[in-house]
Amino acid sequence: MTRASSKRTAPPSATAVDFVQLLTPDGERVTHPDYSVDFNPDELRGLYRDLVTVRKLDAEATALQRQGELGIWASLLGQEAAQVGSGRALREQDMAFPTYREHGVLYCRGIDPIMPLGLFRGVDQGGWDPIANKFGIYTIVIGAQTLHATGYAMGVAKDGKVGGEDGEAVIAYFGDGATSQGDVNESFIYASVYNAPIVFFCQNNQYAISEPLQRQSRVPLYQRASGFGFPGVRVDGNDVLASYAVTRAALDYARQGNGPMLIEAYTYRMGAHTTSDDPTRYRVASEVEEWQAKDPVARVRKLLEREGIGDDAFFASVDEQARKEAVALRERVLAMPDPDPTQIFDHVYPNGSPEVDEEREQFKAYHASFEGAHR
Amino acid sequence: MTETLTLGKALNMGLRRAMEDDPKVVLMGEDIGKLGGVFRITDGLQKDFGEDRVIDTPLAESGIVGTAVGLALRGYRPVVEIQFDGFVYPAYDQIVCQVAKMHYRSKGKVRLPIVIRIPFGGGIGAVEHHSESPEAYFGHTAGLKVVSCSNPADAYWMIQQAITSDDPIIFFEPKRRYWEKGEVSTDAAPGELHRSRVVREGGDVTVLAYGPMVRTALDAATAAEEDGRSLEVIDLRTLSPLDMEPVYASVRKTGRAVVVHEAPGNLGLGSELAARITEQCFYSLEAPVLRVTGYDTPYPAARLEEEYLPDLDRVLDGVDRTFGW
Repeated sequence: MTRASSKRTAPPSATAVDFVQLLTPDGERVTHPDYSVDFNPDELRGLYRDLVTVRKLDAEATALQRQGELGIWASLLGQEAAQVGSGRALREQDMAFPTYREHGVLYCRGIDPIMPLGLFRGVDQGGWDPIANKFGIYTIVIGAQTLHATGYAMGVAKDGKVGGEDGEAVIAYFGDGATSQGDVNESFIYASVYNAPIVFFCQNNQYAISEPLQRQSRVPLYQRASGFGFPGVRVDGNDVLASYAVTRAALDYARQGNGPMLIEAYTYRMGAHTTSDDPTRYRVASEVEEWQAKDPVARVRKLLEREGIGDDAFFASVDEQARKEAVALRERVLAMPDPDPTQIFDHVYPNGSPEVDEEREQFKAYHASFEGAHR
Repeated sequence: MTETLTLGKALNMGLRRAMEDDPKVVLMGEDIGKLGGVFRITDGLQKDFGEDRVIDTPLAESGIVGTAVGLALRGYRPVVEIQFDGFVYPAYDQIVCQVAKMHYRSKGKVRLPIVIRIPFGGGIGAVEHHSESPEAYFGHTAGLKVVSCSNPADAYWMIQQAITSDDPIIFFEPKRRYWEKGEVSTDAAPGELHRSRVVREGGDVTVLAYGPMVRTALDAATAAEEDGRSLEVIDLRTLSPLDMEPVYASVRKTGRAVVVHEAPGNLGLGSELAARITEQCFYSLEAPVLRVTGYDTPYPAARLEEEYLPDLDRVLDGVDRTFGW
C-alpha cells in the first residue's frame, strides 16, 4: 500500500455523489424523472413524527447505556431517514431482515420499541417471533441475515406469492462493511439466479466501525448489482422522501416478480458504531459537521415550515409526545427482570435433549446445595 | 416389505418417501438435480419432484445453508447436501451461528427443521478434502443434533426420522459404505433416531463405533472370535446427544472399552466417550478406555490412507492392549 492511498480515508462529500434526491437539506423539494411521492400533509407530518420519535428513543437508549442499564447500544443517529423511509415503504405482508441497528424500521413496522431492548440489556438474545412480527431477529454476524432473507424470498416465490399488487416482498438490511462479506455476495447470487422477490437495502453510513468505505470497495456500492445481473440505485439516505420512493418502487418491482434490486442509501453514522466505540480516533470533526448540515430530521421540519403545514405548536407536540414515549421506554427497561438462571438450559432444541436436561438438574442441585438456598 | 438395497439406494428411497409424505420437504445442493449428486443419492428425484423441490444450487455452501435457514423460516423443511465433508467449512458459520442458535435466540419461537447431509470419511482413494471426519466440530455445538448411519436399514429410516424431526440435524453418511448391501424393511422403523444399539453381543470387550467403522468393528469381532475373544459391538448412531445407557450397561458387563473412529483422536468423540464411561463405570473398569482413531495429522494422500485409517488389525491391537492392564 502506498502512502498516498492510505491517506485517502475521508469519504467523498455527499454533494459530490450522484443519487436520487427529492428533498434537499434545505427542505426544498426537487423532482426526479423516475421517483416521486404524493404524500398529503398528514402523511408528511407523520413522517416527521416518526423521525423525531425514533431519534428520541435512540437517544434514550444511549443514555440508558451510559447509566449502566444497557450493556451496549447500537445507535441509529443520522440514519433515521433511511430507516423510516424504507420502513414506511413496506407493506403489511412484506418481511424485513434487520441487522442490529434497524430500530427505526422496527418502529415503523408498528412493533413496540421495547422488543429489542432485552437483547441490549442482556436479559435475552432477541426472543421475538420473526414471522409474527414480519421482522427478523437482530443478527449480529455481519451479513448472515441477507442469506436468510434470500431463502425466505425463494420460499415466497415457491409459494406463488409474487406477480401482483398483493405479492409479498422481502427486504434485507445491511451496511457498507457487510458488502465485503461472502454471505452478502452469495445472497446476491442466489437472489439473482432464482429471481427472488427481495430488496437489498444497504445503509452506507461510511464506516464499518473505524474502517471507511475505501477499505470495502473501489466502486460505488450500488454499482455492484450490475455484476450480479439486477438493478442498483443510490438514494440520498438522509432524505426520507427519496428513501421511501425508491424503496417502495423496489419492493413493488420485486413483488411483481421482477427479481431483486439493490438500494444503496447514502448516509452517515453521526454517532459511534456502538456505545463501546470512540469515533474521534478515526474521523475528524469537520466531516461530522459537514454531515450535520444534511440532517435528515431538520430538512423535513424545514419542508413542513416551508409548505405551511407545521407550526411551532405542532413541533412542540411532537417533541413532547416523543419525550413521553422515551420516558415510558426507560421505565420499562428498568423494570425488566433478570432471567431465572435455569433459563440457560431452555430452548436449546425444539425436541429437547436428555443431556441438556441432565445438566439443568445438576445445576439446580448445585444451587440447592447451598445453605439457605431457596431456588 | 423387505428389500436388499445398497446404503446409497436406501438413502435415495428414504429421501423419496420423505418428499412424498410432506410437500414442504425440499432438497438443496450442488449437482443433486440432473446428475443425482456425485454419489447419486438424489438420483431421479428432480425428475419426479421437479426443480422447485430438488434444487441445484450455486456453488456456494454458506449460501446453501443460509438460504435453507430462510426457507425454513418460511415453513419449508430443507434437506441440504454438502457434496463432501471437506466442503462444509464455508457453511460452518451459518451452521454454528445461525442454524444451531436460532431456536435458542428466539426463546423457542423459531424452529429450523433443517437436515444437513454430509458424506464423510475416507477409504475411497480421493484427493485432499474428500475424506475427512468433521463430526466433532458439530457435536461440540449446542443446538445441533448429529447422527450417523452405518447400514442400509438405518440409512433408509434415519434419514426420514431426521427430516421429520424439528431439530436441526447434521446427518453423516459413510461414503465408502454407500455401495454395501443390506436388508431393509420399508414397513417399520427399527427404532428411534437418537438411540445407540448393540449390533453384536459379546462378553470380553465393548467396542464403540459409528458410521463407516461399524463394519470394521464387526469384522474385528468376527476375527477376535477365532482367537477366543468375545467383542460386544455398539453402533452409536447418535453422536449428539449420545445415548450412553446401552454403553454403560455393556461396559459394566465387559469391564473394557475401545472406541473406534476415523477422525483424529485429539479432542475427538472418543475422548468424550472415555470421560463419560470413566465417570459412570469407574468401578467396573478393568482397564482404561482406549481409542483407536485416525492420527492427529491432516488426512494424508490417498496412497497412505490405509495406514492412516483404523482397520481390523488396529482394532484388534486396541482390544489386545486393554488386556495389558
